[in-house]
Amino acid sequence: MNEFIFFINNVVISGAVAGSIYALGAIGITLIFSIMRFAHFAHADMMTFGAFMVFIFTAMFPGSGAALGIPTPILMLPIAMAITAVLAIGLDNAFYKPLRDKGVKPIVLVIASLGVTLMLQGIIRMFAGTSSRSLYIGERKEIYRLEVPMEGITRPIVITDPQIWLIIFAIVAVVALHFFLTRSRLGKAMRAMSDNPDLAEVSGINTRAVVMVTWVIAGALAAVAGTMLAMDVALQPQLSFFILLPIFAATIVGGVGQPYGAIAGGYLVGFVETLSVFNWSILLRPLQPMLPEALEVPRNLALVGTEYKIVVPFFILVVVLIWRPTGIFKGKVI
Amino acid sequence: MPLLEATDVHGGYGGMNILNGVNISIEKDEIGVIIGPNGAGKSTMLKAIFGMLNVTQGDIVLRGQSIKNTLPSKLVQQGMGFVPQEKNIFPSLTVQENLEMGAYIHPARVPAMLEQVYEFFPPLKEKRRQQAGELSGGQRQMVAMGRALMVEPSLLLLDEPTAGLSPLYMNEIFNRVKEINKAGVGVLMVEQNAKQALAIADKGFVLAAGQNRYTDTGEALLNDPEVAKSFLGG
Repeated sequence: MNEFIFFINNVVISGAVAGSIYALGAIGITLIFSIMRFAHFAHADMMTFGAFMVFIFTAMFPGSGAALGIPTPILMLPIAMAITAVLAIGLDNAFYKPLRDKGVKPIVLVIASLGVTLMLQGIIRMFAGTSSRSLYIGERKEIYRLEVPMEGITRPIVITDPQIWLIIFAIVAVVALHFFLTRSRLGKAMRAMSDNPDLAEVSGINTRAVVMVTWVIAGALAAVAGTMLAMDVALQPQLSFFILLPIFAATIVGGVGQPYGAIAGGYLVGFVETLSVFNWSILLRPLQPMLPEALEVPRNLALVGTEYKIVVPFFILVVVLIWRPTGIFKGKVI
Repeated sequence: MPLLEATDVHGGYGGMNILNGVNISIEKDEIGVIIGPNGAGKSTMLKAIFGMLNVTQGDIVLRGQSIKNTLPSKLVQQGMGFVPQEKNIFPSLTVQENLEMGAYIHPARVPAMLEQVYEFFPPLKEKRRQQAGELSGGQRQMVAMGRALMVEPSLLLLDEPTAGLSPLYMNEIFNRVKEINKAGVGVLMVEQNAKQALAIADKGFVLAAGQNRYTDTGEALLNDPEVAKSFLGG
């Protein structure tokens, strides 16, 4: 049964962690697409930016979270969310809005967002250098070992502090987003504008406010995802760049422009990724006595090596798009 | 004072003029119907009134105030409702949410207006929790008209409200238009089903090549043999 615990630790928890980060990023990308109809490539760098804001504030007030019994980065996260939301609105006003007002094709906005990516990465490196840092300054990352009171199980379920926080944040974000989109006036206006921008305009919906709220939500969620990723692993300037591809895969797999699709796509990509690098021989080994001698469970039975993990999102993308060309939830076509 | 008076309206897209001097005038509580062959500029005229098209010459006056080249969102605030011919609903929103979006600028009036719109279109009340995109063509048209009515407009512009509908729904929509008008809303609509439309019209405007060819009461136009021959299919 220890093998089963190993599976929980390496697939269920890791998958939920990766999936939550992908989902939080994909929600932002999909909302931006649904309102402004362009793929925002600088999204991953808004995530890095948010994490760096947390780092800066944590470095300024180290250990201040202890008073509340929470890690300091978590205490600083709301501030970083607010700053990243402001950054997102600023980026829109400085770079995307002037282009939209000129009525350019969406591809021009996509290229502009690539430029913003390079710019943000450059700025972050200029101030923070290229080294890898820990968001835990003078604090210890708690690791919880949950003993499972069952016969034959000696290994504990292992989960770290940031992983628990991440899963909590992801659940809260998803529930809050659901209520915002279905209950609030502005949330409904957002769905309306995503459905039919011209009709939204002639209905008297304040489309500028909707655009702003979209950036606030996308920026705030990006800060959460970036910070959680940095807490779970480490903070590097190029950190989010690596997860840009899985996040886009999640967005497209879920159906572009569909917030619930982004959540589903995020977890799908997260779990398939961890399942495909999982060493299945560990689960099969207990069955060895039942198998004929000629059949030996190999030492390593992962579907792909860890170093090829990056191809998994593409694989999911191809498979899902063959099955449903517009994604799991029917996505939008420009 | 007429509710809406458009005089000698010229306009078009880019450098191309589609309207070459159109005159429309309706009193409050009247139904005006614009008919004419394809490419006559019927829908273009409606868009010109609703500020979606650059008017280069002439004037458009709503209750004594010029509204020439005014933004659509401003016109909604001044009590004008517009129902486009296509893409006139939010398909992934529920019926009720569609209607709520119509009164976005007056959130406090939503409950009262919802009741009123449901009175005009009882089928919508039953389907209020359904996604508007799942409804039949006729019901979608009701959602579209309901959304425009949510601001309590004094003038409702309808662009071919019966296009593509079965005869049954067509009559239903015409009856609703009459009822809405009786409730005190001026209506100006573009129609392909010219005979039925003129039958409920107080005023009819026959456009051809971007100009008024005939302008009279609906009844007079229906009985005019010239109009019948050229524009009503004999």
